[in-house]
Amino acid sequence: MALDDTKKTREFKVVGTRPDRPDGIDKVTGRARFGADMVAPGMLTGRILRSPHAHARIVRIDASKAEALSGVKAVVTRADFGEVPEGVADVLDNCMAGEKALYDGHVVAAVAASSPAVARKALKLIEVEYEVLPHVTDVDEAIKPDAPVLHEGRQQETVPEGMSGNVIARSEFGHGDIEAGLAQADRVVERTYRTAATHQGYIEPHACLATMGPDGKADLWVCTQGHYMVRNTCAAILGMEQGQLRVTASEIGGGFGGKTVVFLEPVALMLAKKSGRPVKMVMSRSEVLRATGPTSSTSIDVKIGMTKDGKITAGFAELRYQGGAYPGSPVDMGAMSGFAPYDLENVKTVGWDVVTNRPKAAAYRAPGAPMAAFAIESAIDEAAKGFGLDPLDVRLMNGADEGTKASYGPTYPAIGLKATLEAAKSHPHWSAPLGENQGRGVACGFWFNFGGDTCVSLNITPDGTVTVSEGNPDIGGSRASMTMMAAEELGIPYDQVRTIIADTGSLGQNEVTDGSRVTFAVGLATIKAAEAAKKEMCRRAAMIWGIDEEAVEWEDGAARPAGPNAGKFPPMTLKEIAAIASNTGGPIAGHYEVNAEGAGVSFATHMVDVELDRDTGSTKILRYTVFQDAGKAVHPSYVEGQFQGGAVQGIGWALNEEYIYGEDGILQNAGFLDYRIPVASDLPMIDTVILEIPNPGHPYGVRGVGETSIVPPLAAIANAVSEAAGVRMTQLPMSPPRVLSAMQSKAEG
Amino acid sequence: MSQLHVTTRINGDETEFLCEAEDTLLDVLRDRLGLTGTKEGCGTGDCGACSVAVDGRLVCSCLMLGAEAEGRDIATIEGMATGDQLHPLQQKFIEMAALQCGICTPGILVAAQSLLERNPDPSEEEVRYWLAGNLCRCTGYDKIIRAVMETAADMRRAS
Repeated sequence: MALDDTKKTREFKVVGTRPDRPDGIDKVTGRARFGADMVAPGMLTGRILRSPHAHARIVRIDASKAEALSGVKAVVTRADFGEVPEGVADVLDNCMAGEKALYDGHVVAAVAASSPAVARKALKLIEVEYEVLPHVTDVDEAIKPDAPVLHEGRQQETVPEGMSGNVIARSEFGHGDIEAGLAQADRVVERTYRTAATHQGYIEPHACLATMGPDGKADLWVCTQGHYMVRNTCAAILGMEQGQLRVTASEIGGGFGGKTVVFLEPVALMLAKKSGRPVKMVMSRSEVLRATGPTSSTSIDVKIGMTKDGKITAGFAELRYQGGAYPGSPVDMGAMSGFAPYDLENVKTVGWDVVTNRPKAAAYRAPGAPMAAFAIESAIDEAAKGFGLDPLDVRLMNGADEGTKASYGPTYPAIGLKATLEAAKSHPHWSAPLGENQGRGVACGFWFNFGGDTCVSLNITPDGTVTVSEGNPDIGGSRASMTMMAAEELGIPYDQVRTIIADTGSLGQNEVTDGSRVTFAVGLATIKAAEAAKKEMCRRAAMIWGIDEEAVEWEDGAARPAGPNAGKFPPMTLKEIAAIASNTGGPIAGHYEVNAEGAGVSFATHMVDVELDRDTGSTKILRYTVFQDAGKAVHPSYVEGQFQGGAVQGIGWALNEEYIYGEDGILQNAGFLDYRIPVASDLPMIDTVILEIPNPGHPYGVRGVGETSIVPPLAAIANAVSEAAGVRMTQLPMSPPRVLSAMQSKAEG
Repeated sequence: MSQLHVTTRINGDETEFLCEAEDTLLDVLRDRLGLTGTKEGCGTGDCGACSVAVDGRLVCSCLMLGAEAEGRDIATIEGMATGDQLHPLQQKFIEMAALQCGICTPGILVAAQSLLERNPDPSEEEVRYWLAGNLCRCTGYDKIIRAVMETAADMRRAS
């Protein structure tokens, strides 16, 4: 969809300002209702029994003692679920293990009881007989031909014969001739990089409350990034019609991709069905870490050829991502995104999707991209510095622009990569002096951004205020953004619009809040719904004035005769039209439904200064600046917030966060004490520079901003630490012992 | 199993409740008294989402038993505003976009209030270390730290 030329120079009245968020007061007073805050009369407590083994055949489950305990109202195992459609078979197996438990923490049974104490006691009374099997948790170990195999018969035809059954799929992207490109290079950097699995780390554990009556009608209140996804998935698993299950999204206490799938929900519904009572389930933090959404750990080989003046002649990467116990790691997106910032003649990436005895990987903010960027941006940095070249100049020289054929196929329209690089180069941060044991790193990052199925309904109330109903849980301030875009389009003040997140019974299908899609796609639908309402209000005014509908236009919140020939009538405001709507045909509303395309890709450049403690190997972040293209920043404070939050998650991933498994395949650090995310005292302020290169696919030029900000930090920090340490860091996290040992090996030569 | 009878004061109101011996103060606040503004992020004292003040001292309510509330004076997020007047910290957090998802916000506000009661003029470093026990995964802390410092400056000017 092309941008209307008349809107290119549009002067915004509301968009681009910084009003208070509509959910603010509820959130600062404790009134906001999150997943665990929901209650229902007669509610039971649901609890989960989890596998203590990394890989085991479930020989027998005997729940009779638990069922006999006073206060226990239902016990559920896999036997309670029937055959399910293939598309949700792995989802169900992950929510409730079938023949095998595939990782430490995998669900094997669940109870609903009259109190938490009874539920806890009941779990202990469920007898499970396991046949423990050999396990594998490391991606490079899992691909070895003699590795223990998780699934038989799941390997796709893309995988050559003779590889371990844990290698599920191979993907390939690129163009040109790598060998020919490498032959033109003055230097080839070739290295293997490794990244640890990290967790999204949302502070709110998963929670839901389910009811189901004997008539098969069910309700679910849940913290999720997509209640329509929850509805469709649970309906398929429970054999229900989608229309009989109404799902309402609670406030969501962070998701970052980790709440784009179901865990508790089908189990809670089954417990509610069996018990005939509402069932509430809330995970503990250790359950969250053991059994929900981490991202992949990876092992990546990179080969970059560069001429001595900085031209990249070839880029190659082979990426191995373990996605936990089921197929579907984000390796494809890593393979597609890693070289996306560059205009390369010869580029190729190969991705391998590998399963291991770990929890199934869930999306994590730009899923798959940060690890690929870590490897590739580190190699580019090393090649550039090897020639004594400025790493920003090298990126500018090779950077993608409008018309570049991307490494993953498409040709770019107007994009903002070079704008971010130029902004970085001219920023005072780039020329600030560095002290002893300090290093500065830069890196670029890319994210696709998505659109997808979207429905918005906009209603004009009789008193002339406006309500917007949309179907995407608000995770980063989207109610504020939708309110702003509706107000902008209607020409009315921000505080006369209220946006709500409607339940699944109130709108058609809405894609999950993911892919940085909401401000783009829901914003687009909100603007179009407002346009529809304006058109109807113009029609009503035309009717009142007795002139043609085409002779009325909408400006500054009122219908006006379009030009002198339309007749002389004083403008009718939205409020005036709304007040007499009943007499002119009834209520006024606008709605819009779309599978939104044209999301507009997003680029960022990050710059970071670090200081190393040479005695301990610990890294301190001294200064951090994010440069990112937002297309059009609807609410600049919330755009900055996305930049800052993504950068800091990246800092955690780069320096400290790590899933640590013992030899026994058991997660060793399933708590926030040992899985340590960045805290306030670890960090400096995170400076931000918002670039605005309009997205041609959105009426206001909006691009998604939520995910790109986590793509560059891993490499930017690794480049800075490598400079400070005098040795190239190739493994994340760069925890103190790892940095110390890298410096010692270098010193020992 | 017999329940314990506890008399305490919560947000200035005398309150009685029955609880199990093993119930934490957090369990009592959320599940028995309906004060769900105090959040559980970890249950092990690592995230600070359940922060409350007990006799003026900042406490993770998941690490204290409900029975220990006997005779104490407990302040939760629900008591921070006065009628329809938000506390300056609450107002500033909204104005300066110092919250995103909001799950950590009650705990951070309670902790920040506790800091400003002790130190009306904290340095950035003091704010960062005081709030180091409160995890936030959305904001990167930048706007939180700024909001606390701005509020402190406003409150100093007003007093």
